[in-house]
Amino acid sequence: MTEPSDLLVEETASNAAAPGAEALPPANPVEAGAPARSQWRDVWRQFRSHRGAMVALVLFVSIILFVAIGPWLWTIDPTFVDYRARNQGFSMAHPLGTDQLGRDMLARMMTGGRVSIAVGLVAMSIALTLGSLIGVVSGYFKRLDAPLMRLTELFLALPLLPLLLLMVTLFREPLGQKLGPAGGTFLLIVSAIGVTSWMQTARIVRGDVLGLKEREFILAAKSIGTPAPRMILRHVLPNVISPIMVAATLGIATAIITESALSFLGLGFPPDFPTWGRLLFDAVDQMQQYPWRVILPGAFISLTVLSVNYIGDGLRDAMDPRIRGR
Amino acid sequence: MTLGPTASALALAALPLTALTAPALAERGADGELRVLYWQAPTVLNPYLSTGAKDVDPASMVIEPLAQVAPDGSLTPVLAAEIPSLENGGIAADYSAVTWKLKPGLLWSDGSPVTAEDVKFTAEYCMDPAFGCAVLQEFEGITGAEVLDAQTVRLNFDAPRFAPLQAFVGGRTPILQKAQFAACKGAAGVSCTAQNFGPLGTGPYKVADFRPGDVAQFELNPNYRDAAKPAFARVTVKGGGDAMAAARAVLESAEYDFAWNLQLPPEAVSAMEAAGKGRVVASFGSMVERIDLNQTNPSPELPEGERSTVKHPHPFLTDPAVRKALSMAIDRQIIAELAYGPAGKATCTILPMPEAYAPEAPACLTQDLEGARALLDQAGWVPGPDGIRAKDGTRLALLFQTTVNPVRQDEQALVKQWWSEIGVETELKAVDGASFFGADPGNPDTQTKFYADVEMYTDAYYLPDPASFLSKFTCDRIPTPETQWQGNNTPRFCDAGYDAGITELHATGDLAQRQQFARKLDAQLVGDGNYALPLIHRGMVSAHVNTLSGIVPNGWEGQLWNVADWSRVK
Repeated sequence: MTEPSDLLVEETASNAAAPGAEALPPANPVEAGAPARSQWRDVWRQFRSHRGAMVALVLFVSIILFVAIGPWLWTIDPTFVDYRARNQGFSMAHPLGTDQLGRDMLARMMTGGRVSIAVGLVAMSIALTLGSLIGVVSGYFKRLDAPLMRLTELFLALPLLPLLLLMVTLFREPLGQKLGPAGGTFLLIVSAIGVTSWMQTARIVRGDVLGLKEREFILAAKSIGTPAPRMILRHVLPNVISPIMVAATLGIATAIITESALSFLGLGFPPDFPTWGRLLFDAVDQMQQYPWRVILPGAFISLTVLSVNYIGDGLRDAMDPRIRGR
Repeated sequence: MTLGPTASALALAALPLTALTAPALAERGADGELRVLYWQAPTVLNPYLSTGAKDVDPASMVIEPLAQVAPDGSLTPVLAAEIPSLENGGIAADYSAVTWKLKPGLLWSDGSPVTAEDVKFTAEYCMDPAFGCAVLQEFEGITGAEVLDAQTVRLNFDAPRFAPLQAFVGGRTPILQKAQFAACKGAAGVSCTAQNFGPLGTGPYKVADFRPGDVAQFELNPNYRDAAKPAFARVTVKGGGDAMAAARAVLESAEYDFAWNLQLPPEAVSAMEAAGKGRVVASFGSMVERIDLNQTNPSPELPEGERSTVKHPHPFLTDPAVRKALSMAIDRQIIAELAYGPAGKATCTILPMPEAYAPEAPACLTQDLEGARALLDQAGWVPGPDGIRAKDGTRLALLFQTTVNPVRQDEQALVKQWWSEIGVETELKAVDGASFFGADPGNPDTQTKFYADVEMYTDAYYLPDPASFLSKFTCDRIPTPETQWQGNNTPRFCDAGYDAGITELHATGDLAQRQQFARKLDAQLVGDGNYALPLIHRGMVSAHVNTLSGIVPNGWEGQLWNVADWSRVK
C-alpha cells in the first residue's frame, strides 16, 4: 500500500503531467519526487487488488479462449445433423450433449459464442464511440448542446425494434450480396444495434461533462490556453471514464440480447447459424425435458455479461485517481 | 321448431364416431361453461371478411352453412334438407345449376324464420364487386341465385360446373341473415361492426360478448333446431399467449377445456400428455407441407422486375434430374418422426385426402442418396473440388427460405444436410410468417415473389374436390410483377399438357374419371415432375381435457365444427 504522501504526489503528478508537461518549468514535481512510473502500471496494480474484477477477467479471457480456440480443438461441425444421436445427455462423444437434431452442443456453444461475443463487443464499441462523442461535444460546446440533445431525444423517442426491422429489411439483401449472408448480417446487426443504443451514454456523459466544466482544474487548464481537443482528451474524457465504462458493460448485454431477439424474428443470422441467443430460444420449448440446453447458453450469456460488468467496475476504480490506492 | 329425434339420429349415424362418444341423452345447457383457448384470438366473426381459422372457427358456432364436410370427405347436410345430387334432382342434369332445399322450420336466434331469401342474399353479399369477399373463389361461376319458394333456392352457373357443390358448403361460407346484413352490402360491408362482430345465426350458440383480439363469449341459442343440444350453456373463446402456453393450460393445469393449433415439438407434447389431464388430437385434412422449386431465376443480379419471372428460366432447377435427385435425397419419414410426431405423416402427394384422389403407390417415401448421386452423375453434374456439383460453370447452390418456426427450422437443417450429402449446397433463410404470407408487393420476402430457389410452406384446400386447387398450377396463374405478384402458381410451373389436363378435369362429371385425372395431374406436378416436393401430410393439432367428450377430428372443417355434440364426462 502506498503512503498518503505518495498518493498526494501521484495525484498531482497524473494531473500535472497532463496539460502539456513541456510547457511547465523544469522543476517538475514528478522528476523531483517519486521514481518514474507509468500511469497504466498504476492502474493495473490497482485493478489487481480488486478481487471481483480479477476473477471476472480470468473468466472473460477463458470464455474468449473457449470460443476463439475451441473450434480448432473440437472439430465437430456445429451444423452436422446426426438424428440417430439426438437428445443425448453429457457423454464422451458429446461432452455437452446433443440437441433435438443430434447436433453437438459443445461445438454449437463455441461457434455461437464467437458470433454473440463479436456482436456484443463491436456493437458496444460503436454505441460507446458515438455516445461519448456526442455526449462530450454537447456538454463541452455550449452552442452544440441544444441541437445534439434534441437529436438524442429524437433517437430516444424512436421505437427501436420497428426501426431495426426496417433497417434489416432495407439493407439485408444489398449487404448480403456484397459480403455474403453471414458477413452482411453481421455488419448490419452490429451497426443497427450500435446506432440505436448510444443515447443513454450520450446523456450521462453530457451531464458529467457539464459538471466537470465548472471545476477548478479545468479553469486552470483553460487559463493557460489549452486548446479544446487536448482539453477534452486529457482532462474531460479521463474523468468521465467511469460512466462510460458502466454504459459499456450494460451495452454488451443489450447487444447480445437484441441480436437474439432479431434472430428470433427471422431477421438476424441465417437459421443454421448458431448464436447463443438462438440456442436459447430454440431450447425454450423443451425446457422441461432438456433443461441443460437452456441453462448452458443462458449461463454463458450471463457469465459474459457479469464478467464484463465486473471488469468495468474494477477498471473504473482503478482509473479514478481519487479511489486508487484506497 | 326443431328436428324430430329420428332425423337427428340419422344425422348422427352419418358420423359413426360421434354416435359412439356422445352421451345418448344429454340435456340442453346442463354442462355449464366450455372454456376454449385460441392463442391467436378471433378478430371478426364474419368468415366473408377473414378466412383465418382463428375467425372462422368461433364463427362456425353461430352461423352455419347449408352443408359441411364430414371427416372422410363426404358431405353432410346442416341447414339443407339433403345434399343435392343428380338422383334427387338437386344438381341439374347438365351441371348448370344446383338447387338447395332448406330444412323445414329453421329459425334464426332472434326467432325469425330462415328462408331461401337469406341464402340468395348471402350469395349476392359475397359476390358484390364492391365488397372484396374473402371467399369469392367459392362463388366462382355463379351467375345468380334464384328463390324458387321459401325453402328452395337455385344457384345458376355460367357454364356446366363439374364440382357443383362449392358455395355454402363448409364453415367458410355460412348463411347470413338478410334482415341483419341488408345494410352491409358492397363497400359498407367492412364497416358494419355490429353485424360483423355479432352475426345472428342458426348454430347452437349466439354471440353474447365479443372483444376483438381478446375474448369472445357465446350463450345458448334458444332456437337451435335440436332441443337436446348443446350440452354446454356457455362458451368462452379466449385468445392470447402462444401454442406452448395454450398446451400447458389444457394438458397440465386443465384451466381450459380445449386448445387449438398446437404445432409443438413432439417430445414436449408427449411429456405434457403424460400428466394425464388431457389428450392431443390431430385432424387430418388436406394440409401438406411442401417445398416449391422455383422454375425461374431468382438471382439478385437480374434487374428488379425480372427476378423470378418466366423471362429467365432457372439455371438448374429446370433440369428434371436435379429435381428428382433433390426429392430422392429427402427422408420424409425422418422429418415426420422428428419434427411432427403425431401431427404429421410422410407423403408423396399434394392431394392426400380424400384417399380416392391420392396416388396408389407412393414412390418417394424411401430415401435414396446413392440413387440421387448416380442420377446427378448421369445428368452431367459432377462434384467440384469443394464437393459441390457443377456443370458448365453452374454450381448446384440453393437459397432455401421458409417462415420462422422451430419445426420448420429443424426441417430446413435436415434437408440441408441431405442435400449436402448429394453435393448440393444450401443456404438457409427464415422469414417472419406475417411478411412471408403477406401480400405486400414491395416486400422482397413474400411467398409469391419467391426471391429464392426453393421455399417451404403448407398449403391446403377446403373442399374435398381438388379441382380448383389443382387449377392453381396453370401457366396463367404464375405471379408476375404486372399482377402485383398475385397468383398461386408459386413454383412457376408451366406445362401445356397440364393446362389441357385441367381443362379436361373441369369438363368431366364422372367421379371415378375425375379422380383419375386428378391423380394424373398430381403425378405431372409432383410425382414424376417434382416441381414441388411434398413432405408431410399435416394434421391440425388440438388438445382437450379428458373430461370433454364428443370431439371428432375433422380436417376439413374448423376445430369447433361439432361443438353442439360436445359434453362433459361426469
